Amino acid sequence: MSYEPVVSHEAEAGDEFATRLKGYEGQRAAVARVGKDPVNAPMIRHWCEAMGDTNPAYSGPDAIAPPTMLQAWTMSGLSGHTRGTHAYDELLGLLDEAGYTSVVATDCEQEYPRPLRPGDEITYDSVIESVSERKTTKLGTGYFVTTRMDIRVGPDLAGTHRFRILKYAPRHRADLPGRQDRSQKPSRPRPRPVVNRDNADFWEGVQRHRLLIQRCTGCGTLRHPWLPGCNACGGLGWDTVEASGEGTVYSYVVMHHPPFPAFTASDHAADAAGPYAVGLIELAEGVRMLGNVLGVPYDKVRIGLPVQLEFQDCDEELVLPFWRAHGTREMQEAGA
Amino acid sequence: MKSGEEVTGRRMRAGDALPPLEIPITRTLIVAGALASRDYQDVHHDAELARQKGSPDIFMNILTTNGLVGRYITDHFGPTAVLRRVAIRLGAPNYPGDTMVLTGRVEEVDADTATVRVVGANGIGKHVTGTVTVTLPMDPACTVASEEPA
Repeated sequence: MSYEPVVSHEAEAGDEFATRLKGYEGQRAAVARVGKDPVNAPMIRHWCEAMGDTNPAYSGPDAIAPPTMLQAWTMSGLSGHTRGTHAYDELLGLLDEAGYTSVVATDCEQEYPRPLRPGDEITYDSVIESVSERKTTKLGTGYFVTTRMDIRVGPDLAGTHRFRILKYAPRHRADLPGRQDRSQKPSRPRPRPVVNRDNADFWEGVQRHRLLIQRCTGCGTLRHPWLPGCNACGGLGWDTVEASGEGTVYSYVVMHHPPFPAFTASDHAADAAGPYAVGLIELAEGVRMLGNVLGVPYDKVRIGLPVQLEFQDCDEELVLPFWRAHGTREMQEAGA
Repeated sequence: MKSGEEVTGRRMRAGDALPPLEIPITRTLIVAGALASRDYQDVHHDAELARQKGSPDIFMNILTTNGLVGRYITDHFGPTAVLRRVAIRLGAPNYPGDTMVLTGRVEEVDADTATVRVVGANGIGKHVTGTVTVTLPMDPACTVASEEPA
């Protein structure tokens, strides 16, 4: 394993990985494969039964196969393929190893230049058309892999089939490599903050570990959360001042239910989804903001407790400001 | 003689809406569709393994969706309609117990060929969006009908 700092190691590994994936574009995914069965009436009938399709064009002496059945003739079924190119399997294997273990089909584009009829023996070739950048979707983070297949009967092109899958790491399972090196980090991602035009500079500051307070350029009033205008004078002009990082607990609530592992992870070494305290912190500058209180159990948080700003990298993308009770930093490090 | 465009124009016009088709998403349909398309991925027939992979239940495979979209079009235009192209994108999965309602609208008609925009919505969102290109062979009966005075 590498002795380099974890973060930069990941960044380098990420770029290298992306380049490696891109290298599969244009490679063959299947060469001159033969359909396991010739196009046949029983499989057509089973398909029509399943789909509830009573179209008479799909039965009788002049039957054609339902055009949308195209891909079915190329499926390997339970017994798997006997021969093919390594490139596609290798690409999927690479993604599996990297933790992108789940797969879901997202797009299917088919053209049918010539109908398939019972008795037709199909052959097909397939090429890896593209591998996307790393994308974050509702399902999780992963890569879209697009293949294009040509299906022939003898020399005639009977169909083209462009197929896109998402190979992804499911959202709830942090099983990407690299995460293993960071086992103290929460495995459940925290909800993302809502970043908009009014507060973008605040979050950009947080990313750089600077807590910025908005200040009205008209009357000098500080404000938080960030707003387009000043509550005191109505002025629209603003600049920022950086918070000193000192504050006290102005108020707090303890969340018992529902359990929310994403919010307790940074407080509990065991990653238990227990209760957690939400502090309303009054900054030395006078504005108040919400945040987790670190360093003391949820039931020991008190009004007036002095706290200090601490930025934490919650995951690869998210930095958040937290509030640590004074004098608890060393305890935390000794216990880690 | 009227031109082919006018003939087919009687049967498909841009903007025409297709009557909706409701498809109950039963466990049987999902499994039958997966097997008829020779797709043995466990997430399409084994609820327990599907849950282990983070899905709340089994869900319909893309080949079945493709087949249902094709059926929706040919059910409407009849057995002489020829599917030329079907392009679909999946969104919200079809889980057992849900109902998918397919709707369609003719977007474009070029001579005997129409492009139909299809949406299949279920209880949690749009399961499928896509376009189908379909050709209707010219129907002599229609030509005769079109020559009758309006």
